[in-house]
Amino acid sequence: MEKHQYTIVIFTENHIGLLNRVSIVFTRRHLNIDSITASESEIKGVYRYTIVLVTTEKQVKKVVSQIEKLVEVLRASYYLEDEVIHQEIALYKVESAGLANSNEVEKLVRYNNARILAIEPDYIVIEKTGYKAETQELFEKLEPFGVLQFVRSGRVALTKQRKELTSYLKEIDKASDKSDKIREWKLSNGNGASTAMWL
Amino acid sequence: MRGSMAVVQSLLAEHIEIIFGYPGGAIMPIYDDLMEYEDKIHHILVRHEQGAAHATQAYSQVSGKVGVCFGTSGPGATNLITGITNAQIDSVPMVVITAQVPSALIGTDAFQETDVMGLTMPITKWNAQVTMAEEIPETIAKAFYIAVSGRPGVVVIDITKDALLSELEFQYEKAPRIRSYFPYPDLKMENINQAADLINKSKKPLVLMGHGVLIGKAENIFKDFVERAELPVASTLLGLSAFPSSHKLFVGMLGMHGNYAPNIKTNEADLIIAIGMRFDDRVTGRISAYAKQAKIIHIEIDKSEINKNIEVDVAIHSDVKMALTALLPKIQANAHSDWLNEFRESDKIEYEKVIKKECLPEIGGIRQGEVIKVLSDKTKGHAILVTDVGQNQMMGARYFKFENPNSLITSGGLGTMGFGLPAAMGAAVWIKDRPVIAFLGDGGFQMTIQELGTIMQEKLPVKIVVVNNNFLGMVRQWQDLFNNKRYAATHMITPDFVKICEGYGIKGKKIEQREDLSQAIDEMLACQDAYFLEVMVEKEGNVFPMITPGSSVSEIVLE
Repeated sequence: MEKHQYTIVIFTENHIGLLNRVSIVFTRRHLNIDSITASESEIKGVYRYTIVLVTTEKQVKKVVSQIEKLVEVLRASYYLEDEVIHQEIALYKVESAGLANSNEVEKLVRYNNARILAIEPDYIVIEKTGYKAETQELFEKLEPFGVLQFVRSGRVALTKQRKELTSYLKEIDKASDKSDKIREWKLSNGNGASTAMWL
Repeated sequence: MRGSMAVVQSLLAEHIEIIFGYPGGAIMPIYDDLMEYEDKIHHILVRHEQGAAHATQAYSQVSGKVGVCFGTSGPGATNLITGITNAQIDSVPMVVITAQVPSALIGTDAFQETDVMGLTMPITKWNAQVTMAEEIPETIAKAFYIAVSGRPGVVVIDITKDALLSELEFQYEKAPRIRSYFPYPDLKMENINQAADLINKSKKPLVLMGHGVLIGKAENIFKDFVERAELPVASTLLGLSAFPSSHKLFVGMLGMHGNYAPNIKTNEADLIIAIGMRFDDRVTGRISAYAKQAKIIHIEIDKSEINKNIEVDVAIHSDVKMALTALLPKIQANAHSDWLNEFRESDKIEYEKVIKKECLPEIGGIRQGEVIKVLSDKTKGHAILVTDVGQNQMMGARYFKFENPNSLITSGGLGTMGFGLPAAMGAAVWIKDRPVIAFLGDGGFQMTIQELGTIMQEKLPVKIVVVNNNFLGMVRQWQDLFNNKRYAATHMITPDFVKICEGYGIKGKKIEQREDLSQAIDEMLACQDAYFLEVMVEKEGNVFPMITPGSSVSEIVLE
């Protein structure tokens, strides 16, 4: 089966160790995560993980449903490259010595839509956001000037679809109502009265 | 009230009457407070924490109440790991409480410190660490709710010693709704209608009955359902006992050492109705040759199990009882007598080639199957059979005729040797009206043999049957079949078990002759106390039929 790059978006409650639980789902299947980021979403208390990996659709489907099964996960879904808008940010610390008598760096910054964050006697710090290929390209161009440090963030991605988190939360509320009803039905069908009884 | 008392009070609020466990430094405060309620909660001191976890699981299965076990920090917790994994993979609810070093020492490699959260994360449904006393009641309430609802599983709560020793205002409320957790999925009627349509049209249907029927307490409606449309019922290992073995629609066990008919008919049926099961590799054999000709309906509460191993035509993501209740009125009364007769024809072949030789042999040493047959006949299938893992387990599953739900306790998914004895002990704590029989091999018995001490102390009338072939029988069978009889590390010299049992005050007997078998089992069953029976069996007996690894269900071999 063909492999593709997938962006997995997971909404979770804020719970210690949950990131570990999520990553166990990948390591168990010997899947290598390309990048992972986590931050609070547009709704307070709901966290959003963005995970990128290359695998088959069959595999990503199973992984996502095993993640969704985790108690504190609200929703997990996966997207192909063209279904998300995404960015990564990269920082470059470049030796100033090589730049002294040249306008090359200025050109690179200008043509690559990068910007300079700091200028120090010994080095300058450049920032660029874009796709991984773009930040990589700038890295390669800066290399001859002496890159002292280079760091790239994980992907952040938004989905193109119209359905937003608030409507998922409404669906989840409905699902919880229904789940409670079924539980009550099971309880009332002679399945014991205490929560410690099997249903 | 201090935290440790809040643990006890929370368990009282959940009507917990039995706890299996083992004390140690960090958990001492809980034990101290538990003493105040000895009349309400009986603590059973095991001889090793693994025993506590297995006993708790079996107790959970036979009692229908969530079992609870205790372990202290460090080695107490790590010793529980095998039992936790075993219960989790077989979807049995359990609440495990471990104590932890004081929160200030966490992460410092303090004495008896271990990362319980990290260790148990991959093997639990949920786990939580409590470092503040006021979080104890809420966390315990959540633990019970999560453990037992939806697809059940194990919850581990790790409580630091400082939380156990600090004060809180105790108040216990049943778990509030957890936003991200909705364990009972809504039924989609369109799927029910599609399923009903397929079932009503099917000429050669086959029901695969799984553990979900027992977990969902759906045995009665399941029976109504299969009887109405006259559907043959094949069972997974863990589904056994959800439906009477003597019922005319019961066609046997699926899988690697299952019965001949249900395996070959899997690849002849026009419709497979899988209920509360997960198409484990031991059931499916080679997936690429599994039931390709059939439509498949899958009723399953855990969405991640649907289309995981086998792609299905109609998925009913639901609690089994809920789904069958909706499905039943749409099922037309039907008969499939020709199709059922095909199973009976195949049964005759299996009987001639395998069963007769295994259960009614006239020559050679005693066979494991023959021991089970006598146990089954003499208890009329009303005993609770607890097996260990390996040949003894397959013989028990194949030849015991189950009449009541939850009367087989066995380690399915994990295949844990050493499970049998402590599990039988856990079952015997609850079951008083029927014999609890531990059916073990000589290997598995010795893995947790120390629990004889618990059986002695608690005066549990467990009937222990060890079939001894001085081999790790199942591994030896594979060496016989696939490794050219190179019996690497499978021969085992066993001690005088009867004498060991005698040391524990347990009456015992060893037999080697076929003619002594019936009387020895009578004697054992007549005994009011624990009893040990060692049966020396055929050394190189194999379990057949068998779907050899990599083979399809239809390639099952009889010898």
